[in-house]
Amino acid sequence: MLHDRDRIFRNIYGFHDVSLKGAESRGVWDGTKFFIDKGHDYIIDEVKKSGLRGRGGAGFPTGLKWSFMPKADARPSYLVINADESEPGSCKDREILRHDAHLLVEGALLASFAMRAHTSYVYVRGEYIREREALQRAIDEAYAAKFIGKDNIHGWDFDIVVHHGAGAYICGEETAMLESLEGKKGQPRLKPPFPANVGLYGAPTTINNVESIAVVGEILRRGSTWFAALGKPNNTGTKLFQISGHVERPCVVEEEMGIPLKELIDRHCGGIRGGWNNLLAVIPGGSSVRCITAEQAEAVTMDFDALSKLGSGLGTAAVIVMDKSTDIIAAIRRIAYFYKHESCGQCTPCREGTGWMWRVLERMERGEAEKREIDLLFDVTKEIEGHTICALGDAAAWPVQGLIKNFRPVIEQRIDEYQAKHTRVAAE
Amino acid sequence: MAVRRLNPEQPAQFAFTAENLAWAKETIAKYPEGKQASAVIPLLWRAQEQAEGWLPEPAIRYVCDMLGMAHIRGLEIATFYTMFQLSPVGSKAHIQVCGTTPCMLRGSRELIEVCKKRINEHAHETNADGTLSWEEVECIGVCANAPVVQVGKDTFEDLTPEQLNKILDGFLAGRQPKPGSQIGRVASSPVTGPTSLTDPTLYDGSTIGAWKKRFEETGGGLDDKAAETTPPSALASPAHKEEVATGTSPSSPGKTPAPHPAALTAMANAGLVKELEARGGGKPLSAGELDKIKSDMIRDKAIAATGAASQPELLKAPRGGTADDLSLIRGITDKTAGKLREIGIFHFDQIAGWTPGNVAWFESQLDGFKGRVTRDKWIEQAQKLASGWRPESKAGERPKG
Repeated sequence: MLHDRDRIFRNIYGFHDVSLKGAESRGVWDGTKFFIDKGHDYIIDEVKKSGLRGRGGAGFPTGLKWSFMPKADARPSYLVINADESEPGSCKDREILRHDAHLLVEGALLASFAMRAHTSYVYVRGEYIREREALQRAIDEAYAAKFIGKDNIHGWDFDIVVHHGAGAYICGEETAMLESLEGKKGQPRLKPPFPANVGLYGAPTTINNVESIAVVGEILRRGSTWFAALGKPNNTGTKLFQISGHVERPCVVEEEMGIPLKELIDRHCGGIRGGWNNLLAVIPGGSSVRCITAEQAEAVTMDFDALSKLGSGLGTAAVIVMDKSTDIIAAIRRIAYFYKHESCGQCTPCREGTGWMWRVLERMERGEAEKREIDLLFDVTKEIEGHTICALGDAAAWPVQGLIKNFRPVIEQRIDEYQAKHTRVAAE
Repeated sequence: MAVRRLNPEQPAQFAFTAENLAWAKETIAKYPEGKQASAVIPLLWRAQEQAEGWLPEPAIRYVCDMLGMAHIRGLEIATFYTMFQLSPVGSKAHIQVCGTTPCMLRGSRELIEVCKKRINEHAHETNADGTLSWEEVECIGVCANAPVVQVGKDTFEDLTPEQLNKILDGFLAGRQPKPGSQIGRVASSPVTGPTSLTDPTLYDGSTIGAWKKRFEETGGGLDDKAAETTPPSALASPAHKEEVATGTSPSSPGKTPAPHPAALTAMANAGLVKELEARGGGKPLSAGELDKIKSDMIRDKAIAATGAASQPELLKAPRGGTADDLSLIRGITDKTAGKLREIGIFHFDQIAGWTPGNVAWFESQLDGFKGRVTRDKWIEQAQKLASGWRPESKAGERPKG
């Protein structure tokens, strides 16, 4: 189990003072100048050595991403922080924004300095209004203390701007976020060119998740070795887990990467509602990953590699637990509706496919379908997956694939029941 | 995608109030010159707030004109982003019920039924007197506190249909109901109280400056040797151990054609993992046993790093029958003071004279004390206290510097 002293987010529930003074008493903004004086490359190197993988879902190594930024370029560089947390199941960045915002502001300064950026934009989802206000308060305090801004005490001119969206999940995709920041509809861009070359306003840009940036200060203070020693190889450090659904006590909690799912739920959530025998399925990484069965859930560890071995993923570590009272078809149908609603409409496979999948699942939920349609549905998900500009198409396809892969008998049974009820008795 | 159309009835015109106009100018100035279009969402949002919760068509044109954008671009944005309400909403509250799976699993269907019954059968339409309206929204991002509704800036969490009814009553009566969890939990902590972050030393300021030690020890550099002598506070999980043992881990030799930076660090840790394994006798361990072995190992390494541990002079009983109040040293609680007395430490001057070897010996006597003597500056404090000085507060005074 992770010791309290190894936790990075020490005020994640807001039990303590959220102001600058409170944050400083917990060690935030401690020695920031020392690390800035060590230079751009030192910070990138430490983050690389720590093994930190992006916390926004894809798990790309953060230090490596930073090293893609040009070292000398006439254009300004930008850091865009992705606080458009909209994946069903995810609710961790919200807690950072409203309770531990100074970790984020400090991390933004350190990361921007490492990438030679003088400006950072934080894109907060439209719904997080109180969270945005809390972040702005933290930023105002940092400006007043001359921690950031022009001629600040850290010797690196740095501005941070809070921007917000207005309810579009797709803006969490990095290039859609840039489009939205530029004042357009959030429709993803084709890559290449990658944002590190042509990003916000055509300038080199790196987009990182809130949690990835907020841990940087602590990684530097305690050393990459400390961070790398937590968790498992290639899946290092700590992570905010968010457990929702049918557990006794849903919560957000920071734990070590690679913690067994069973331990995570038993220790922090008081177990599954009705006991582990009552477990049906778990979506371990937010709505876009394939669900895993109860059997798999009892043995799996929570890290990128172990979950991708099961054909699922860690995503944002948003664990959605479903007990045996759940209609699994309805649960996935609701996710399919979500993707139908949130598709930006740019690519045909996604725009048409997400709605089609939802409509078929609506019928399957009632059992009003043919068994051959199960295979057809699976084929269609394969036609959507990998055939779109951004990963929303994949994200919409995977939960449906997970349903068919793990719960095909449930769908077939539903169809049988419906047909038994509705078959007309042939006349003599 | 969602089909979204402008309301057939629209007001004739729209203009920002003086206050909002000043705010808009400030907001536009946040973005680089020539990139004022970036401010379109914040400005449209402010317009919606001013127009009583929905975005009339003249407001879209007004904002576009202000930002030098074609009107169609503003219309695209207003119809693309679903938080822009295109038709009038309830004058007292617009209830946004999250209907996505995590909320659905915990009962959002029942909340929607309440809205249908009390407000309107259809979403986006107001009740008879125009005071309330509702809609089902896609994930509000409060999943650990499901089910949830958002009204204006606030969320109402951990709801039941009865509580939602009460909240609706509150808005109708013109009272702002208390936002946040409706079952009294703090943010997203477990309802029975937090299962983590209970160590008081995280909050007494003792963590400040602890990082400096790493650089002092290694003369400011961070070479590989230094990294080895910095004992990690926790080591690999049992699963990692198993992977190392069976050779499926990226940290196993011969299996790393292009090592990932993390894999390299992990390889450095593999030595430590081996030692852990030896200490555990190669048996599968429970998490508790593993923790114990880890902390023992860290302590032993710390002792090895500070040189040989040597036992300080201990007393069988306090001199003159009375012991000093050791809890006056900041970092020593009453409980710790009791443990010190058990070992045979009763007086400030005993601690004041400790050598680094003595410190290492002492830290090996008690679990979980690694680094605390140095970090909390016990020796300096004891020296001061031995000279007769007393702090103002019982808990001791935090040493400067």
